[in-house]
Amino acid sequence: MVSYPARGVIRPVMNLIKLKEFSILKQLYLEEKLLRSSSENWCIINNGTKQPTIVMGVSGRPSELVNINSVIRDQIPVIRRFSGGGTVIVDNGTIFVTLICNKDDIPGLQPYPRPIMSWTGQFYGEVLREFGDFHLRENDYAFGSRKFGGNAQSITKNRWVHHTSFLWDYDVSNMDYLKLPMRAPEYRSARSHVEFLCRMKEILPSKSTFIEGTIETLGSHFSVRPIQSNAATNLSNISHPPSTRLLTRPELEQALLSASENSDTNSSIYAVP
Amino acid sequence: MASSRLLWASRAASYLRISPLCRGFSTVLQELKYADSHEWVKVDGDSATVGITDHAQDHLGDVVYVELPDVGANVKQGKSFGAVESVKATSDVYSPVSGEVIEVNSKLSDSPGLINASPYDSGWIIKVKISGAGELNTLMDSDKYAKFCEEENAKH
Repeated sequence: MVSYPARGVIRPVMNLIKLKEFSILKQLYLEEKLLRSSSENWCIINNGTKQPTIVMGVSGRPSELVNINSVIRDQIPVIRRFSGGGTVIVDNGTIFVTLICNKDDIPGLQPYPRPIMSWTGQFYGEVLREFGDFHLRENDYAFGSRKFGGNAQSITKNRWVHHTSFLWDYDVSNMDYLKLPMRAPEYRSARSHVEFLCRMKEILPSKSTFIEGTIETLGSHFSVRPIQSNAATNLSNISHPPSTRLLTRPELEQALLSASENSDTNSSIYAVP
Repeated sequence: MASSRLLWASRAASYLRISPLCRGFSTVLQELKYADSHEWVKVDGDSATVGITDHAQDHLGDVVYVELPDVGANVKQGKSFGAVESVKATSDVYSPVSGEVIEVNSKLSDSPGLINASPYDSGWIIKVKISGAGELNTLMDSDKYAKFCEEENAKH
């Protein structure tokens, strides 16, 4: 059950930053800085990112997750972000929504992965209750059994980040840059990217329906305070070394080399004499 | 009958040096010290072994990755020294003591699940040469920590 502030209790402030086609790398830098250097609550909504970009979780290995040859050939950026979870390819059809919260500002919510995932799942269930058959399926957002949102979290002692990349639309050809992950949810049932994923634009009438609906639901839990986007991007000036990183070409080439060396080793083990 | 079962449980717990199980059913070991961020420390002379508690691993879920510091890195009491990944989340791990990292549990790279299976033994995370022995007085003993866990569980 999603908890609301009790009647008469002043809602905690939630700073709202709305961005359009902001670089996902800069967005992740900003999120890390706000998580670690701010004591306020923040919601970032970024309507698309210009360049198709691959974003892996903290433990992501390019050799396992990404078709490195085509990524290098087409100069697709590959980022390793500070939060957990899987790999996505994002572009201007992606809507990003991030919540950065003080643990005590949501009554009764324990700062652990499953309670936070459950609370945010119910939050988006409220946003989307009039559209489609919304489910939190093994930590993905799905309409029916088709995923339309991937999310991940990062938790510190007193604060947490929950960020989501929503597939408003996507370019099918971009999915060729990603391998089928070894660690996949059961409900995926070995389906290809195209069979597994769903475009939100097939379910909702417009991006603004979703974005404004999210802001309205946010207002049920918090006192929303819009922040000018140029003031927000100035927050990037807060000095804090990020752990989010753009992988370099040498790193990608090394990953390719290591993968092929491992593959040669495995082949030689099974070679017929 | 209930009282004799409780008496037996209490005597067994005492023999095994385990604090009686509280509502949360997490294990707490008597010889360790605990931080309110759910890390434990076992002191041996001027060095200490650090890990996360049974309460923590239970709440985090299956650990799939551990971010370890470098040997030689300095750690500070109450500051993050690494992270664990579980259920699509990274969660910071905080050092209960200050000092220098003298060893990391490299088995966690291939077997991060040791943290879940054996949080107080083979799931240890770092060993530290302690620089501030007085800091240990700010940590909780097993009884206080068990009560702390109970109070946390009751709040949610």
